[in-house]
Amino acid sequence: MKIQEIQEEIVEEFAAFDDWMDKYAYLIELGGDLEPMPESFQKDENIIKGCQSRVWLHAEYNDGLMKYYAFSDAVIVKGIVALLLRVFSEQPPKDILEAKTDFISEIGLDEHLSPTRSNGLAAMVKQIKIYALAYSKA
Amino acid sequence: MQDVLNIRNYFPGLSQKVHGKPLVYFDNAATTHRLQSVIDAYSDLIISSNGNVHRSPHYLGQMATKSFENTRDKVQEFIHAKHRHEIIFTRGTTEAINLVAFSYGETFINEGDEIIVSEMEHHSNIVPWQMMCERKGAILKVIPFDDEGNLLLDEYDSLLTERTKLVAVTAISNVLGTINPIEKIIEKAHRKGAHVLIDGAQAIVHKKINIQEINCDFFAFSAHKMYGPTGVGVLYGKEDLLEQMQPYQGGGEMISEVTFKETTYGNLPTKFEAGTPDFTSVASFSKAIDFINSIDLSACISHENKLLRYAEEKLKNIEGIMFYGTSANKASLLSFTIEGMHPFDTATLIDKLGFAIRTGRMCADPIMDHYGVQSMMRISFAPYNTFEEIDQFYVALLRIREMFS
Ligand SMILES: Cc1ncc(COP(=O)(O)O)c(C=O)c1O
Repeated sequence: MKIQEIQEEIVEEFAAFDDWMDKYAYLIELGGDLEPMPESFQKDENIIKGCQSRVWLHAEYNDGLMKYYAFSDAVIVKGIVALLLRVFSEQPPKDILEAKTDFISEIGLDEHLSPTRSNGLAAMVKQIKIYALAYSKA
Repeated sequence: MQDVLNIRNYFPGLSQKVHGKPLVYFDNAATTHRLQSVIDAYSDLIISSNGNVHRSPHYLGQMATKSFENTRDKVQEFIHAKHRHEIIFTRGTTEAINLVAFSYGETFINEGDEIIVSEMEHHSNIVPWQMMCERKGAILKVIPFDDEGNLLLDEYDSLLTERTKLVAVTAISNVLGTINPIEKIIEKAHRKGAHVLIDGAQAIVHKKINIQEINCDFFAFSAHKMYGPTGVGVLYGKEDLLEQMQPYQGGGEMISEVTFKETTYGNLPTKFEAGTPDFTSVASFSKAIDFINSIDLSACISHENKLLRYAEEKLKNIEGIMFYGTSANKASLLSFTIEGMHPFDTATLIDKLGFAIRTGRMCADPIMDHYGVQSMMRISFAPYNTFEEIDQFYVALLRIREMFS
């Protein structure tokens, strides 16, 4: 699936929740289900530090597609990380670079992606794009 | 305290709703709510006293200067300073400490001199000293604390040497709540001939402050943590030290005479107040001092202490909770972690229920490292908080806990 389509699918899923409790319960579920990153990737060079929580991100490039691995110590952040991986992982670098992140505000989670919110997520999105940029020339 | 409910009426911010829920404000150590009288004074002064302080010769300027300088008198009286020109207005505690780190550093610090801070300082009482040490080739030493959150005074004794120039410690820790024995710390330093800066950001509303009795050389605090406006802080400094110290910033109002050959500096306090200050906020700050003077501070402190004990007793029942800062001598804030509840997750959800709490590293990385944790949660009380709010907080925490299991 294309990035755009995945984003639309996520927006649709979230439209089903009528209150924040359900939405966050879903994020917690997603966070709980996120596969732990291989331990060898969970190293200090891959850490994105925030005052509130930490995110680890590792990227690989194979056969024209980016593959991202990510993890966090906070479960809600992990839930959002899972969404971001669903959108951006296994996609061509060029598409990742061109992709918007509007879906985050459409599902009402933009407060977590604001650059001043020091949970590591905004920096993670930026880093995802930086990796994509590095391989877009490959 | 019998009139807690009464006191709430003075703070319009307390009766608002957030996310559709009545606000429960437990983040007072970060910033308190502002008084209606401060807000009213601000909106009045910004019209009636809108001339540039100390400069504009017209009526509005005279009014600005008068209300600005009245506040200086009020602050002097409030902390019992000897002279009004020992009160310097800054943007906050942080700027006050940076001022001393720069100006005292330039004047008194030589290579190999020693500065002492404690392990429980806010970053704003660590980083300016590190920068100064870097600049002057001085050495920074650290007083450790024990797991309860008490400073190790024996260690302090052994850190004090002939080369110690300045000791900078907080009167009350913003994470552990510990009320430090600053009188003892100051006396020991003075015996060695060292000066002392006290970070009074937290203490200013939790303790009666008499500068001359404490006898510290510098004292810093922020108006926004004592029901006053944002953007205003105070540096108290002893006259003879301030006289000798180099100015911090150059600009208008701090000079006596300027030529391209030579500039002579003005007198205290304006020597340290370059540029147009936030004079409207400074002037409205006097209303916060009026308020604190009008209430029974001992009754407020006693109410806050009861809230603290009550919260401890209540939260203790939560499985996996750990408290940080259990000194017998502590102010009304409580930092904790709960197993299985990441502080960020908890804060995100509890915010949706209307509770304002602080989470994260709280500008105190060394404290996080001391306990080997990444982040904590903190609730901190003001006299306007109630036991019912603590009950509601407890129920909310349990409700959120369920979402994680
Ligand atoms: C102990 C302590 N010192 C210094 C500060 C810094 O104060 P401000 O940010 O108002 O300059 C704070 C505020 O968080 C504090 O709690």
